[in-house]
Amino acid sequence: MLNTSQVKNKMPVQDPIRRISNFNEVALGYTDEQALDEARRCLDCKHKPCVNGCPVGIDIPAFIQKIIDNQIEEAYQIILESSMLSSVCGRVCPQETQCELLCVRANKGEAVAIGNLERYVSDYHFKNIQFDSSKPILNGFKVAVVGSGPAGLSCANDLNKLGYQVDIYEALHEAGGVLTYGIPEFRLPKAIVKREIEQLIAHGVNLITNVIIGKSLSIDDLFDMGYQAIFLGTGAGLPKFLGVPGEMLNGVYSANEYLTRINLMKSYEKQSQTPIQHPKRVAVIGGGNVALDAARSAKRLGVEEVYIVYRRSLKELPARYEEVEHAVDEGIQFKLLANLKEIIGNSEGFVKEIRCVDMILGAPDQSGRAKPIENPQSSFFLEVDQVIMAIGTTPNPLVTQSTEDLETNEKGCIITQDAWGLTTKNMVYAGGDVVTGSATVILAMGAGRQAAQAMHQKITLEKIK
Amino acid sequence: MFLITHKKKLTQSVSMFKVKAPFIVKHAKPGQFVMLRIEQNGERIPLTIAESNHEDETITLIVQSAGATTKRLLELNTGDSIQDLAGPLGKPSKVTGLKRVCVVGGGVGCAIAYPIAKALRQEHTIVHTIIGFRNKELVFLEDEFKAVSNHMYLVTDNGSAGRKGFVTDILKELLLKGETYDEVIAIGPLIMMKMVSEMTKPYHIKTIVSMNPIMVDGTGMCGGCRVSVDHEMKFACVDGPEFDGHLVDFDEAIQRNKMYQEFEHEQYNDACKQK
Repeated sequence: MLNTSQVKNKMPVQDPIRRISNFNEVALGYTDEQALDEARRCLDCKHKPCVNGCPVGIDIPAFIQKIIDNQIEEAYQIILESSMLSSVCGRVCPQETQCELLCVRANKGEAVAIGNLERYVSDYHFKNIQFDSSKPILNGFKVAVVGSGPAGLSCANDLNKLGYQVDIYEALHEAGGVLTYGIPEFRLPKAIVKREIEQLIAHGVNLITNVIIGKSLSIDDLFDMGYQAIFLGTGAGLPKFLGVPGEMLNGVYSANEYLTRINLMKSYEKQSQTPIQHPKRVAVIGGGNVALDAARSAKRLGVEEVYIVYRRSLKELPARYEEVEHAVDEGIQFKLLANLKEIIGNSEGFVKEIRCVDMILGAPDQSGRAKPIENPQSSFFLEVDQVIMAIGTTPNPLVTQSTEDLETNEKGCIITQDAWGLTTKNMVYAGGDVVTGSATVILAMGAGRQAAQAMHQKITLEKIK
Repeated sequence: MFLITHKKKLTQSVSMFKVKAPFIVKHAKPGQFVMLRIEQNGERIPLTIAESNHEDETITLIVQSAGATTKRLLELNTGDSIQDLAGPLGKPSKVTGLKRVCVVGGGVGCAIAYPIAKALRQEHTIVHTIIGFRNKELVFLEDEFKAVSNHMYLVTDNGSAGRKGFVTDILKELLLKGETYDEVIAIGPLIMMKMVSEMTKPYHIKTIVSMNPIMVDGTGMCGGCRVSVDHEMKFACVDGPEFDGHLVDFDEAIQRNKMYQEFEHEQYNDACKQK
């Protein structure tokens, strides 16, 4: 029976007052009743517009119908055909600009909460179903995947299914890439990321941590080691700074450093030996999801006043709406239409305050958003003892610098020759942030999957020759 | 896990470790470093590779007790393992095309200076070395330096070994005497590298220093290791660790090293208590 309610079932969340003193997940997940009720809102459209909005083409109406039939594991299997990281995507995908944007229910009222349902299904699977340790029959070829973030993991997963011996090389001591060092525990519990990776290993994929391709081993070394093809999913890990005075002061972090200390190194736990500053007031510069992750992490570390300093207005803020809402509930203060000009330090070289100017919005710029223009007479000061720069990242150059025939564009992104991720070097494919610059988990996954298909075709062709 | 195949105590607070690391040995060159994490809750710290040994696929690390992590590391012995080790990172030292070089090492910096001096010698460079320590008990690698140097000068702060004074005293004498060098390579405490750089500047002798700032990942990801070089922001892990000493803002680097002083002090005390 169709649920005609025009609004979604609201995702239950941890109370804001409680959650700002812990790192536990904010969104608690649907109950069985809520999931069923929400699933019944789906019209099961014949033309499935939502599927067109999904970068990996999950058969959304089909898995939702399985929820209605109370066949939750079957629902999981349908998602698994297109996405190996449903527990991750159900949590961090920007559904509102993808599948849910095209949902027919959104024409009158709210879209079906596809993301929440995806999460419900994957949580059910992990709670109730044992590891699948089945290993595919090997086809005798081996491939190397560089980087264990969403692009690399998806690529590895597909190649494993096709019978390849897949070895994933990871530079850090832990796998997961941005899922591990970037996105905080309260938005994406690390146990979930771990579980997804362990499942992959159970299928026979090798994970080799602490090996930095471009330093420990070169791309050519990998070919010498017998890999037929290589996938580069090394992400966009190099932090940007603004170039304003005072960025070298103590207390200025890149969001990458701040989040890595928290998420990867667990510096908020007593037993962790990695330090992190505990200031009273912090300004986070930027308005993307990373900025909000940093701000909300700071709150949880006990920082009293947390400001988001962003050049444009709330309307242009690139972070997901849900995250902004959560941040507001948690007491994060938004200094909008404000631009950082200078960080000022005390006599010991620690941050004391920042100077900003007001901005006015002008005509749309290249990005299509209103161009912020400075009002030079409007200087104001904000007393903070820490500044976190969350203004974007660029691809890490370690691999490209050490590989002569691998071409990059002016932004340092690897150039691909086709939509399937073939680089300028034979048998080397790339996908995810290292090609596009920082984007989303799901787009990286899609790119990893496409490259896997292309690698398989290429290797098969060579074999026939 | 990375097996410690050999440990040798060099002084009261400095030990040498040989660690099995096949992936690091392959491309390791003098001047490069590794990131290391001793145990699950450990922090990641950079340590310079003192030597890479292709025969047994080990790298040599020379470690001085400087903070909690190095203190814990020094408690490990032959047969123990290190949780994580990754490298080689950073750009290698430039050791070719030089005729006369003065290598200056201070304290544990000598561990980094030694492989560079050795590599220079293998390139038939004339190598003068000046190594300095606080006192006799802290001197290490003296014979090794001697073996790769055309002249070696040893100084200690109190004169208990070699000459009394600082490495800069010797360097000053040599420069005043009219010694000329293509390059001076100074590796040691920030203040020593600053003094050496200031001394060589009027003589227009290119001076290379090796920075050892706070790092988390070592691969360019965190930016915690940023250093101002010629008023430009550089990351020591990927752009360095070696830079032109005449262009480095040492005062800023000294200040940046104090970021976690309080925390480090606490951690160090914890590490001592656990023992």
